[in-house]
Amino acid sequence: MKKQNTFIVAAAVTAAMIAAFWLLLVAPGYTGNEINMTRGVTDQSEINYQLHMIVLWICVVIGVIVFSAMFVSIVLHRKSKDHEAAQFTHSTKAEIIWTIIPVLILIVMAVPATTALIHMEVAPETEMTVKITGFQWRWKYEYVEDGIQFISSLDAESNAARRLASGAEPAAVDNYLLEVDKPLVLPAETKIKFLITADDVIHSWWVPALGWKRDAVPGFINEAWTEIREPGIYRGQCAELCGKDHGFMPIVLKVLPKAEFDQWVRQQKRLMAHEEAEVERLWSREELMDLGKSVYTAQCATCHQGDGQGLAPAFPPLAGSTVTRGPVSEHIDLVLNGREGTAMQAWGNMLSDADIAAALTYTRNAFGNDMGDVVQPQMIARIKNG
Amino acid sequence: MSIASTPDMTHSTDQAGDHAHNHDDHHDHKPSGILNRWLFTTNHKDIGTLYLAFSLLMFFIGGAMAMVIRAELFMPGLQLVEPEFFNQMTTMHALIMVFGAVMPAWVGFANWMIPMMIGAPDMALPRLNNWSFWILPFAFTMLLSTLFMDSGGPAAGWTLYPPLSLQGGQSFAFVVFAVHMMGISSIMGSINIIATILNMRAPGMVLLRMPLFVWTWLITAFLLIAVMPVLAGAVTMLLTDHFFGTSFFNAAGGGDPVMFQHIFWFFGHPEVYIMILPAFGVVSEIIPTFARKPLFGYSAMVYATASIAFLSFIVWAHHMFTVGMPLTGELFFMYATMLIAVPTGVKVFNWVSTMWKGSMTFETPMLFAIGFVVLFTIGGLSGLMLAIASVDLQYHDTYFVVAHFHYVLVPGSVFALMAGTYYWLPKWTGHMYSEKWGKIHFWLSAISVNILFFPQHYLGLAGMPRRIPDYSTQFADFNMISSIGGFLFGSSQLIFLGVIIHCVYKSRQKASGQAWEGARGLEWILSSPPPYHSFNTPPVIDSSTLAHVDEAH
Ligand SMILES: [Cu+2]
Repeated sequence: MKKQNTFIVAAAVTAAMIAAFWLLLVAPGYTGNEINMTRGVTDQSEINYQLHMIVLWICVVIGVIVFSAMFVSIVLHRKSKDHEAAQFTHSTKAEIIWTIIPVLILIVMAVPATTALIHMEVAPETEMTVKITGFQWRWKYEYVEDGIQFISSLDAESNAARRLASGAEPAAVDNYLLEVDKPLVLPAETKIKFLITADDVIHSWWVPALGWKRDAVPGFINEAWTEIREPGIYRGQCAELCGKDHGFMPIVLKVLPKAEFDQWVRQQKRLMAHEEAEVERLWSREELMDLGKSVYTAQCATCHQGDGQGLAPAFPPLAGSTVTRGPVSEHIDLVLNGREGTAMQAWGNMLSDADIAAALTYTRNAFGNDMGDVVQPQMIARIKNG
Repeated sequence: MSIASTPDMTHSTDQAGDHAHNHDDHHDHKPSGILNRWLFTTNHKDIGTLYLAFSLLMFFIGGAMAMVIRAELFMPGLQLVEPEFFNQMTTMHALIMVFGAVMPAWVGFANWMIPMMIGAPDMALPRLNNWSFWILPFAFTMLLSTLFMDSGGPAAGWTLYPPLSLQGGQSFAFVVFAVHMMGISSIMGSINIIATILNMRAPGMVLLRMPLFVWTWLITAFLLIAVMPVLAGAVTMLLTDHFFGTSFFNAAGGGDPVMFQHIFWFFGHPEVYIMILPAFGVVSEIIPTFARKPLFGYSAMVYATASIAFLSFIVWAHHMFTVGMPLTGELFFMYATMLIAVPTGVKVFNWVSTMWKGSMTFETPMLFAIGFVVLFTIGGLSGLMLAIASVDLQYHDTYFVVAHFHYVLVPGSVFALMAGTYYWLPKWTGHMYSEKWGKIHFWLSAISVNILFFPQHYLGLAGMPRRIPDYSTQFADFNMISSIGGFLFGSSQLIFLGVIIHCVYKSRQKASGQAWEGARGLEWILSSPPPYHSFNTPPVIDSSTLAHVDEAH
């Protein structure tokens, strides 16, 4: 290859890389933030965006200076141009300068980085608290003051389309993989504290528009806070590898104006009262099987599979198993409390009594198990209350 | 293209004297028979060759796994593999590339080059050397065999975070034992390298005259001895948690899953320097050769390497800014991490200053070395961005991180490995490789590696988490570009294989002892290929045989 050609290609590659860095800076205006960090809807996300841009600019400037010097040298100081090699081996002055200047740059960077981190980590007085629990592969939300709680999972349409060779076209699914059945509803302009934990393995709760992520660690509770400026829908995902369906554990925030949020809370409380009444009555076998099938599909089928055949090695089959075909008290105990050392978690505090009773009834009678018995919501309530 | 312009390098035989002459006449006493030559070998060059061949094999196996990953990520939706298998691929790809490809490759370079560079006949502990290599094929057979077991290969990421890693089945024990064996191999290799460097130097080869590659390996070997036992301890605790009911990392039993992360990264952060310090060394040898100008700031380079090694022990928790550390802890790890930029900057500035006012030519080793400096610097700069703890709460666990560490590892470590391979292939084989195909390999690699990894910065900033087998449609375009880059980069490496095979078996073009016009250092005063026992009598050390001029006077 000709030396000259080599140089032209080298220069073109460098130019392309510098252009790519530039693209990163200017493109958000054209593409709606698809290739740069979001500015988000909180002070924290805005601060992080600004800090990100400052550091990025510093890096670009350093990169341009270093690479320019190098390519000037590559153009001028080549043997093919009969450039004689100098023989100097050090320059104390230059070495001091390029040690001191980076230290100064770092100090300049450290100041805003420190204030940003303090803002992020030191929570102000908050007005409400939401407890977030990650488990394979859903999020559970509890509104501590209002007693509302529910589980949020990947919505059915995405869940069907994401199966291997499902034939579905992801682009045809609205918000493919970023839609849930029940979003986390929050009020705007309210200081909210999050208590974040997990039930089985480590997860990480991340909505980029809020400006941070926080790990959900089983056995420990992490705190974070936010104050969202504008109502809207904001999407995120679990960010810490948590097993096979780690990629299918989205987070959706539905942020409402304060008044609408209060209305939503009242409505949820009415629903809860209704559910309590439902636990007391005797359910028919058909009602339990119907509800059980939908609970099973939404909560249990990811692991034990729709046909109850399980998925080796971690997830045992329910069809013909000694549990689903065994004594009902042991079956209830296993579902309520989980099994230590396996992926089977404790569902006692995750689902309503009716849901648990229905799922138990369903798994004892579906997949050819045909035990013929039913589990009433009352039974679950009694066992849970000791 | 420049082959050495001084074909009559009689220098070496002059120095080594009559004794060496006799030896050359007897064809070096290489043991005959495959078993004797390779299985029972205690020769540093043969063991070096074994290491290099093994790591090349692992490079292609780990690369094939990367191809599976990029093929599944080519489009949104799952087309090829189940998520569980995808997780096994990401985990195995990392374990194979880190422990099977990059680390053994550097040990291979150390074996081949260190005795020659310090004027020694062989490594200090030849039988240990044999062992430390021959453990590896067993370790990796065991690791790879888990893919064929009922409970599958490890799928919790190469970081093996519990409790997820404890959900694996019986095959997990094989993974742990494989890691133990790799650790034993690394520790034995390091002991050997330290013993060789400290005891086997030719008279006059004082520490501050050693080639940079020897220096960086000496420091790397101490890092390895310090941290491999920590990894062994961590995985042993996982083993007992999994099989014997202990609760080191189980909160229900009084343990702490985050403690594993602290222990792992106490190993893991020095580990990334274990993979990059020898790369710094190789590049510091190559750039002066092709700039025909002495290395700028030799002693600054040594001190910068030592500072980086020291700092690597006190920055581990920058991998853990999201786990919920106290504010003061986060501030400490942020400041310490930012500090690494200073000695790293010194290195980059010194390489550029070495090129400055040189008389450069651009043979393949130099191209890879320049590619290393540019692309490693990009990876270093994104590392500085990641150090900012507050913003890391956005970057962490996204493709921005994936882009960052692949920039420092692929066009970083791996480019340096390729630069070193092209640089010393003429020395190792006695033949010149094909400069034309070497350059084609470089340009294809350099361009495709950027198509592969640069868009991943955008993906991460736009919100794509790492380690997911499927993604929402907003990430489709850059993933497709990245995958195309990946396929190109992967197939370009077949050229590398071809060039090596051609050079070893087919090339007719003889390499002289010095091989490169500007090459300096003890390895170049030996013939190409060098005698089986490198220096039977110590060479005379003077300014003409030192790789780097003594700047002390
Ligand atoms: Cu998760």
